[in-house]
Amino acid sequence: MMSAEKKPLLEVKHLKKYFPVGKNQTLKAVRDISLNLYKGETLGLVGESGCGKSTFGRTVIQLYEPTEGTIIYEGREINNSLSKAERHEFTRKMQMIFQDPYASLNPRMKVMDIIAEGMDAHGVYKGQERKKKVIELLETVGLSEEHANRFPHEFSGGQRQRVGIARALAVDPEFIICDEPISALDVSIQAQVINLLKELQKKRDLTYLFIAHDLSMVKHISDRIGVMYLGSMVELTDSETLFDDPVHPYTQALLSAIPIPDPDVEKSRNRIMLEGSLPDPIRLSEGCLFAGRCPYAEDLCRKNTPEMKEVRPGHFAACHKAK
Amino acid sequence: MDELFVRVHVDESEKEHIAHPNLTAFQEGWLRLKKNKAAVASLFTLIAIGLLALLAPVFSAYSYKETNYDIIYQVPSITHLFGTDQFGRDLWVRTWMGTRISLLIAFVAAFLDLTVGVVYGAVSALIGGKVDAVMQRFIEILVGIPHLIIVILLMMIMPAGIWTIVVALSITGWVNMARLVRAEILKLKNQEFVLAARVLGTSTSMIIWKHLIPNTVGVIVINAMFTIPSAIFTEAFLSFIGIGMQEPKASLGVLINNGYQVLRNFPHVLIFPAIVIVLIMVCFSILGDGLRDALDPRMRK
Ligand SMILES: Nc1ncnc2c1ncn2[C@@H]1O[C@H](COP(=O)(O)OP(=O)(O)OP(=O)(O)O)[C@@H](O)[C@H]1O
Ligand code: SF4
Ligand SMILES: [Mg+2]
Repeated sequence: MMSAEKKPLLEVKHLKKYFPVGKNQTLKAVRDISLNLYKGETLGLVGESGCGKSTFGRTVIQLYEPTEGTIIYEGREINNSLSKAERHEFTRKMQMIFQDPYASLNPRMKVMDIIAEGMDAHGVYKGQERKKKVIELLETVGLSEEHANRFPHEFSGGQRQRVGIARALAVDPEFIICDEPISALDVSIQAQVINLLKELQKKRDLTYLFIAHDLSMVKHISDRIGVMYLGSMVELTDSETLFDDPVHPYTQALLSAIPIPDPDVEKSRNRIMLEGSLPDPIRLSEGCLFAGRCPYAEDLCRKNTPEMKEVRPGHFAACHKAK
Repeated sequence: MDELFVRVHVDESEKEHIAHPNLTAFQEGWLRLKKNKAAVASLFTLIAIGLLALLAPVFSAYSYKETNYDIIYQVPSITHLFGTDQFGRDLWVRTWMGTRISLLIAFVAAFLDLTVGVVYGAVSALIGGKVDAVMQRFIEILVGIPHLIIVILLMMIMPAGIWTIVVALSITGWVNMARLVRAEILKLKNQEFVLAARVLGTSTSMIIWKHLIPNTVGVIVINAMFTIPSAIFTEAFLSFIGIGMQEPKASLGVLINNGYQVLRNFPHVLIFPAIVIVLIMVCFSILGDGLRDALDPRMRK
């Protein structure tokens, strides 16, 4: 589906983000991730809680300074070379939808002002026009004019997430990082929000980086899926291939944990149980990060860190034994 | 049983339609405060006490230091509303003069909190890093020295009196506020709505103005309102134990101390200043509570 000649919208090269914690210790939240994103596609990013998905997203959108690596957007490096004005202008291209529908809206601002924040920051609409635009956005995300004068606490989680989506759309972005936008919602509401995001993507030609901690959540929205483990990317390929033919043992374990909605298949299915627990991300030794829990681990795995390699065209995995 | 419960019919469109008049945050806060009867009563009590402290000594026939040995320890009457003390001085005037001092202390404490405390805490949190570390060490040193020792040391270089107490309060009075504001801003700085504002390109000054300040005023107001009674109490306590006001000047603490010594025979000497100081402290606390709720839109019904 993705031809190699096609120019990527976003290129991330060897991105690293380390946090200093305590005395002379660093927490490697993101260790060497590279990926490309193409216009109009959705890249799903999954991994257990704490594996660095949010950190990756926040570093890409410049909330965090990368420790190392480059971020290239439309052929331009954006993490070092932009002037202050260019950086300000860039905020209109890339937006973010946040994880927590309660913490992501200022409790002391009315929905009108929350949604208009981006317009105010860029001075694009004022007065009546600003109001008109906010109402338009409210309707776009399935809310109505009456909601504009209310405070966030008067809304349900799903409605708040819609407000967060409207706020991001207000600056007409091309690229949106969705940081687990549905994890905190009821299952029945999740599908509504996913459908809204899909619909918006079609209408506005948006590109998404869609973060989730569960493969089943990204299955329906992603064209490609990347699987993260402890700050590294372990497998990256298109959605069908990932579900049908996963090559990394960690992906295989994750997939075997998803229940299959057919009682016969479900009964006979083999679950790969992960042994051991998640190692402490601060002190990690050499070798494959997954070696402690991997059923196929051998000496080589504990000595050498596996590089990301293309096992099949467009199918990347970081495992010595992947073929 | 069933007929007792009749389903109320709610029109679907009615449910969604909650029209709010468009008010500024200040107007909304005032509307919410007005609904809180206790807070409003406290506000008016404080205004009344303030007016009496200001005007009563001016419009009285007696002065606070005028002695008259013919009328010592008189019980309250029409000529001396609160009675007289051991030198025959009018306690009505002396009580309101004492209230002036307590209120002055209150305003100094609140002013320090709102200026030095808030700015110190906010700067510390916003700049962060090494500056923050140095500023926090400084606070720790200040808090490490017991309050009473500071006051007693001051007494050695300054004459006992109201300004010594004000200086003593100034040295450490703002520390709590600084710590609270710093903690609050550090917490807010990483909240997702502040990150969202940064992602949207909102400038730092606008983030402070629209996100950080409105979300810290609650903490600031309530802390200032609680600092006031504790400052008043500190002054009264220092005067009560004898390091504070000098005769014939009197603060409420001095008056209470005098009354305490003759409590058995002449209880009126103690009762009036005690009632006033309790009213001031309680009213500030209730008003602080009410203001915090009034400033929080989540309390809107
Ligand atoms: N500002 C920070 N300072 C220090 N450590 C941090 C910071 N932000 C994140 N971390 C640490 O980095 C690691 C990755 O965190 P991150 O929030 O990116 O995980 P996540 O994959 O998004 O998890 P979740 O699914 O729970 O949101 C965690 O161990 C976290 O404690
Ligand atoms: S490199 Fe070795 S330990 Fe790591 S996932 Fe592959 S087989 Fe398992
Ligand atoms: Mg996260």
